[in-house]
Amino acid sequence: MTQKSSVRQMIGFITDVTRWSLSGGIGYQLFLCLLVVFMMLGVFAYLVQWKLGLAVTHMSDIVSWGFYIANFTFLVGVAAAAVMLILPSYIFKDKDFHHVVIIGEVVAIGALVMSMTFVFVDLGRPLQGWHIIPIIGLFNWPSSLLTWDILVLNVYLVLNLSIPAYILYCHYNQVEPDPRKYRPFVFISIFWAFGIHLITAFLYEGLPARPFWNNPLMGPRFLASAFAAGPALITVLLVIIHNTTVFKIPKQTFNKLRLIIVISAIINLIMLFSEVFKEFYFPTHHSLSAEYLYFGLDGHNSLVPWIWTAISINIIGTLLLAFNPGKNKPMLLLPACILLFVGIWIEKGIGLIVPGLVPSPLGEVVSYAPSWVEISIALGILALGMFVVTMLLKPALIIEHRFKAEKPS
Amino acid sequence: MGFLKNKSGRQQITDEHRPCQDSGRREFLKKAVKAAAIGGTAVVTGCQAPGLLGSKEEFALQFQEYFKAHYRLMTEKERDTTITRLERLAKLQKNVDVQISSKEAMPGVLFGYGFNVTRCEGYMECVSACVRENNLDRKSNMQYIRIFEMEPGQMTPDAGQGKFFNEVPVDGRFYMGAQCNHCDNAPCIKACPTKATYREPDGIVVVDYDWCIGCRYCMAACPYYGRRFNWNEPVVPVKEITKKQHYLGNRQRRRGQMEKCTFCVQRTREGRLPACAEACPTGARIFGNLLDPKSEIRFVLENKKVFRWKEELGTDPKFWYFID
Repeated sequence: MTQKSSVRQMIGFITDVTRWSLSGGIGYQLFLCLLVVFMMLGVFAYLVQWKLGLAVTHMSDIVSWGFYIANFTFLVGVAAAAVMLILPSYIFKDKDFHHVVIIGEVVAIGALVMSMTFVFVDLGRPLQGWHIIPIIGLFNWPSSLLTWDILVLNVYLVLNLSIPAYILYCHYNQVEPDPRKYRPFVFISIFWAFGIHLITAFLYEGLPARPFWNNPLMGPRFLASAFAAGPALITVLLVIIHNTTVFKIPKQTFNKLRLIIVISAIINLIMLFSEVFKEFYFPTHHSLSAEYLYFGLDGHNSLVPWIWTAISINIIGTLLLAFNPGKNKPMLLLPACILLFVGIWIEKGIGLIVPGLVPSPLGEVVSYAPSWVEISIALGILALGMFVVTMLLKPALIIEHRFKAEKPS
Repeated sequence: MGFLKNKSGRQQITDEHRPCQDSGRREFLKKAVKAAAIGGTAVVTGCQAPGLLGSKEEFALQFQEYFKAHYRLMTEKERDTTITRLERLAKLQKNVDVQISSKEAMPGVLFGYGFNVTRCEGYMECVSACVRENNLDRKSNMQYIRIFEMEPGQMTPDAGQGKFFNEVPVDGRFYMGAQCNHCDNAPCIKACPTKATYREPDGIVVVDYDWCIGCRYCMAACPYYGRRFNWNEPVVPVKEITKKQHYLGNRQRRRGQMEKCTFCVQRTREGRLPACAEACPTGARIFGNLLDPKSEIRFVLENKKVFRWKEELGTDPKFWYFID
């Protein structure tokens, strides 16, 4: 292959990918427009926040992290969960997962983009962001866990962009990708997936000032809940793809995903039970945050309905998936996955961040609910994530489908 | 009390001499910066109309401010240029003449603070003195110091009542203050991703306001509620601005920056007491050099029953509570 033709091939790849990701039926175009509308809403809300400062959020010196950081934490988990597809498909050569691994990787990219955007919008002075770039700024590594998190998230994003890009490029050219070129990176990305979520947990776990977070179970629980919520989201996505595209997902894949979700969800519930036991069997001063979360404190009980909803739908979702009365029929599988996903979103998001900060170190209790700016920006970022996933997934599935169809097997 | 009360003799002479030397160098730099600013304006703004972002000069100064380094990494000259810029900006924006100091920590000094739980009667003079001295945001009613009304049997501020509107002192109650503890092993310093918050050689924990990116991780890490965030653009009435300022202390802060008690670095490095200690009508606040065996704070530590808040966290605060 000459230099010139490879350049031409690359140009062809890029133009085709762009064409495929933008073209589609009227429904697809409407969907994209809807996402753009929500992104615009987010941009507008961010401009308001830019103009007036973070005072437009409902955060305060007591609840100094709110909805943004809550979503960031949850989405890092979703990103990490791609490993549950990567591990079996690349390492154990599982055929059912190999078929859909690209979808897991794209979800990871979307989740990473969203989580990093959530951190960005939470910054008080985003223009000074260059202060954190190593060499030109000051990077407080290894002391600050936040620098660790920035490092691992960015590397994970690069890994998850480059591995699928290489494989897709090969498939686009009807060439079998060379495992020697990508397998080492797959191994790294597997360790990295555990790393990103563990380090995000350490961000909170390492703060003795906040007894609710300063808890060694935090890391393992983050992983368990992520490995339930992430694959639940991927299941929902697979059902949509199965029903709206020519890319068909074998039944076996759903069953295996369901098993992963059930095992992770059960481990998550056991650890939740252990945490609740510790807080309420012999309540100490350090249990006030948990009391605030589950029962309310000094009349501030805004989180109480949320957490009980979260725990109920968590348990219902887990039971539905475990006993599987619908035999993997989307009619039951889909709601069960959505319930579990939403339950973990509440519990690992707002149910984790806010009680960590309340009561304040001075014993003060306040309520927190996101402002319209926070909700609009969050919706915008959600739309951005869905947009990224759509833009990447559509051409990826076309390439995969063509490769499989033309492969002489 | 060592150097703090030593207002006569050599120290005073050197103090008086410094401003003259400073102003000579300052004056030269002022001109240099102005020249650079005008040059920079030509490059940066091109044909931009004045008024969009303030005057051309203001825009040029802010543009140069954007690229400055972390305070600790600046050379002497860079520090002087940024201070000249900041003083000029204060003049342009608010028409006030501020003097920003970059006085370094004195050798052989480690600041410590003592709070007399028996003496404090909850008048809150310390709070208002602090607000005025440190140019704290009046819009959000920011306060570095919190005073708690305590019932007998309570011994940490978090157990007390932080919102009390009764006349003080109330019989049978006592009062405790809470502010930055200037930990020697500070969780906020460990947490900061950009090293914007750090410990000065004299033990005070400061924030390089202009280096802070506003992530608020330090706030989550602080067990003493010692840090404050500028959720909105801070507002200080021009008439009430304290004009004697320090780069690491009470100079103007901006929206999105973290700030905190600095033991009034602009005062204490000049040998004065922090505003809170000076304002206290009951003498409940003791401040001094921990390394000076003759200082009042050392007397308190050696002769009173002292304790530190949340000692179990190993943060090693330099803020002691004590009982007479």
